[in-house]
Amino acid sequence: MQRQVALIKQSLFDQGYLDEQFMELEELQDDANPNFVEEVATLYFKDSARLINNIEQALERGSFDFNRLDNYMHQFKGSSTSIGASKVKTECTMFREYCRAGNAEGCLRTFKQLKKEHATLRKKLEQYFQLARQAGPKEIARRPK
Amino acid sequence: MAEVMRSETLNISNNTSSLASPELLHVLAVDDSIVDRKFIERLLRVSSCKVTVVDSATRALQYLGLDGDNNSGGVEDLKINLIMTDYSMPGMTGYELLKKIKESSAFREIPVVIMSSENILPRIDRCLEEGAEDFLLKPVKLADVKRLRDSLLKAEERVFKNMMHKRELEANDIYSQLKRAKI
Repeated sequence: MQRQVALIKQSLFDQGYLDEQFMELEELQDDANPNFVEEVATLYFKDSARLINNIEQALERGSFDFNRLDNYMHQFKGSSTSIGASKVKTECTMFREYCRAGNAEGCLRTFKQLKKEHATLRKKLEQYFQLARQAGPKEIARRPK
Repeated sequence: MAEVMRSETLNISNNTSSLASPELLHVLAVDDSIVDRKFIERLLRVSSCKVTVVDSATRALQYLGLDGDNNSGGVEDLKINLIMTDYSMPGMTGYELLKKIKESSAFREIPVVIMSSENILPRIDRCLEEGAEDFLLKPVKLADVKRLRDSLLKAEERVFKNMMHKRELEANDIYSQLKRAKI
């Protein structure tokens, strides 16, 4: 079970879903705060769902307020960076480039991809955290004492 | 031979430190991102700091008691050793918050660190010119926080040592006066 957890985590890094920032978060866990990363992830997905919703509504309106969209995406990119969500962060960056270029078509396309990456990461992390909890606290990376 | 005068005999107060409590720096963190707030709070706690986190510059000013109209504002006895603020926030930016803090007589000495996800040199320059202690690129690293903490503790230690030295000199002075009086 523990090996399974380690393998899942490794594949998330290998496939580029997560970057070193995720490891930095794990370094902050200890006996008193064994679920810190999961807590951050929960906050992230709640917050990013809200942002996705806002962006969706803004796009549906048809009038492309690129400033507003860029603003939302700045927030999205920020929190994605903080949790180490590498692929999502890349899509955010692309979206912002399209905003700056005033390219509505590019925005729509990228947003679709972003939602896909976001959903995939969510699923994979949910699986990872569930298994990690079952495997017991040993599996979560700890700060060396 | 002269007796060594102990500080207790002269009733010198031991509460000479401006630290919130022994060895604990009190940091006020300001960020509109809920994820970043959770992150910075953890970074600071892991670095043995006391943390207060708020979600906007306005709330930060409220906490400091600087939101009133009168300029003499400032909550009495509020011990903050460091303020860390995000740069890009809706409403009042971290830069504007920095300015307000530096304008206040009560809090202008408190070091203010700006955090930003964007590495924009003119922005960094502007903040440093306005008196920011440091400018950190997000995501903030534990090493950054520890470095800040260590340099602040060193500064506090210097202030403390200077004060103790001054008191020692004063104590010696009083002692010699007493000695002379006895003769």
